[in-house]
Amino acid sequence: MHRPRSLLPLVPLLLVMASAACERKQSVTTGGDSAAAARATRDQVLLGVVASLTGDQASFGVSTRDGVLLAVEEANARGGALGKPIQMRVYDSQGKPSEGANAVTRLISQDGATVILGEVASSISLAMAPVAQRAGVPMISPSSTNPKVTQVGDYVFRVCFIDPFQGYVMARFAGEHLGARRAAILRDNKSDYSIGLSTVFTARYPEFGGTVVSSEAYSQGDTDFRSQLTAIKATRPDVIYVPGYYTDVGLIARQARQLGIDVPLLGGDGWESTKLYELGGPALDGNYFSNHYSPEDPRPVVKDFIARFTQRFGRQPDSLAVLGYDAANVAIAAIQRTGTTQGAQVREAISRTRDFPGVGGTITLDPERNATKPAVVLKIQDGSASFVTSVEP
Amino acid sequence: MSVFLQHLINGLAAGTIYALVALGYTMVYGVLKLINFAHGDVMMVGAYVGYATAFSLAPHVRTSSLGVLLVILVAMAACAAFGFLMERFAYRPLRDKPRLTSLITAIGISFALSYGFQLDVGPLPGAAPRAFPEIIVLRPWLKIGDVVLWNAQVISFGIAIALMAGLQWLVYRTRFGRAMRAVSHDHRIAGLMGIPTDRVIGLTFMLGSALAAVAGILYAVKDTAITPLMGLYVGLKAFVAAVIGGIGNVPGAVVGALLLGLVEEFVVGYTASSWRDAVAFGFLILVLLFKPEGLFGKNAAEKV
Repeated sequence: MHRPRSLLPLVPLLLVMASAACERKQSVTTGGDSAAAARATRDQVLLGVVASLTGDQASFGVSTRDGVLLAVEEANARGGALGKPIQMRVYDSQGKPSEGANAVTRLISQDGATVILGEVASSISLAMAPVAQRAGVPMISPSSTNPKVTQVGDYVFRVCFIDPFQGYVMARFAGEHLGARRAAILRDNKSDYSIGLSTVFTARYPEFGGTVVSSEAYSQGDTDFRSQLTAIKATRPDVIYVPGYYTDVGLIARQARQLGIDVPLLGGDGWESTKLYELGGPALDGNYFSNHYSPEDPRPVVKDFIARFTQRFGRQPDSLAVLGYDAANVAIAAIQRTGTTQGAQVREAISRTRDFPGVGGTITLDPERNATKPAVVLKIQDGSASFVTSVEP
Repeated sequence: MSVFLQHLINGLAAGTIYALVALGYTMVYGVLKLINFAHGDVMMVGAYVGYATAFSLAPHVRTSSLGVLLVILVAMAACAAFGFLMERFAYRPLRDKPRLTSLITAIGISFALSYGFQLDVGPLPGAAPRAFPEIIVLRPWLKIGDVVLWNAQVISFGIAIALMAGLQWLVYRTRFGRAMRAVSHDHRIAGLMGIPTDRVIGLTFMLGSALAAVAGILYAVKDTAITPLMGLYVGLKAFVAAVIGGIGNVPGAVVGALLLGLVEEFVVGYTASSWRDAVAFGFLILVLLFKPEGLFGKNAAEKV
């Protein structure tokens, strides 16, 4: 017979679970005292940042946060905005749409954020946007490229181009530059981003003389793509369009090469991460992806930014850091132009952003609140990506 | 034809991993009538232990056969110890409670592991996927047309088959196996007959967890990356495989797993990719409807 035992041995496990469930919070206050940051006052200038600091896409979130942080520090060194230091608060979305939406609610109702900056993944931005729109607080997504994001309402902006454009860039690049006539598509069926890019690629590719010969799908987090790749190989494509995230793309590249597929893989800005090279290794050589910026861009504004970022964080900025930096600067400039922190007026000022000299290209916001700017195509060789060409809208 | 052959190879490779994990499910279910939902996560732990071990070895040692053996043995030992602790502290205290209690505990352990490993504190690895070192340097083993059979696939398959044969021998040809089968029949009566049930159950957990560790490493070698969430999905599929084969039945789990791997592969290869999971779970429902004891399970008459 067993005597009843205590559940004490389970306590450590429960603690691990509880801490995993808790949202990680991080507060950065530059130039102001943290007690003031804790009080949500109406006239503070607070940039609320939502980023995936943990989860599959953690490298996206960390880069974005650092880009915003650099912009805020630089603005504060110039005297802040409206005569006050600009504050910044970061919440972790853990790569989950529901956490992203919760974070926006907290930033607005509890912290009194002036502008919301975030997210990278379109599916998370899509969950956040309605919250910001309802509360009448402007939101700028640095790098969500799905068109639906800014269609949520007139308070939602972005400083990057949209999916149709990236799909178009790669369709054009494949047809005109590579002379590829047959393309296969391998998309992530769980991501709005991946579906968006592949839909536009499929629609525009015929304009450049190509045909989509097969279209396969996987789900984010899969690690075995051999079945799809074997089916794709049988259709003998000239290129394979894989508009997914780096976590999956690295494995797809390795498995494709193992199966004897030696045609180039093409992708979008979801490939951008140093993790991609760790996961994909030499299998990535000879593949291409479209992106927001290239560090090899000779413009002085890019060179200066790279120098400052590298000095501050001890590593090269990726394009997500650039877009985070640009998004924060667009927000700060708008607040300064309007002279208040009122949501409606700040929104109005952001919407009038014209020819703003961003690091990732000159930003003009169109009436749909999207940025019009060129994209670059990069080629991967020996663990780094180099500039091939730039495609204008 | 070459496409068919390639699908066959892919399917068998996936099925082998499912089989090693399914064996753990089936053994634990056999002795305790408990579905240990944390089993897939034990596989994940094994993969991470293998990862750490491989990185602590010099690159030329790690790729030697001795190095590979060491990586596998360390992971097996770590997971066996973990399996023992899990049984001792999480399941044994609940053994005489309603079965639902243990089941919920199992789900709790599963989540604690897969989300705990995503934390970035101390030795925990953090959420981002890790590239598993290439411990078996890839070389083509056999070429048929443009289909390549890689050495890693052959080695993995060999290791898995050897372990399954060993297990079969252990269960049906040794004293320990006989004790295990007795406990499986009725652990209270087995206890009255002088069988040390606690030790047998503990050893069963250790054995199942060690097999899961091997599965974790073979999985990592095959798909080249590991993440804290990898166990949830493979665990679920292996559970389906064990039920299809007849849960509690060792050869059944292996056949069920290979069958599931092949079915999934051919569904993706010859229809749309999105059908894979629908067909896998549809297959499970069909088996449960028409042969609820599984393909190989015995319909044991219960004495009332």
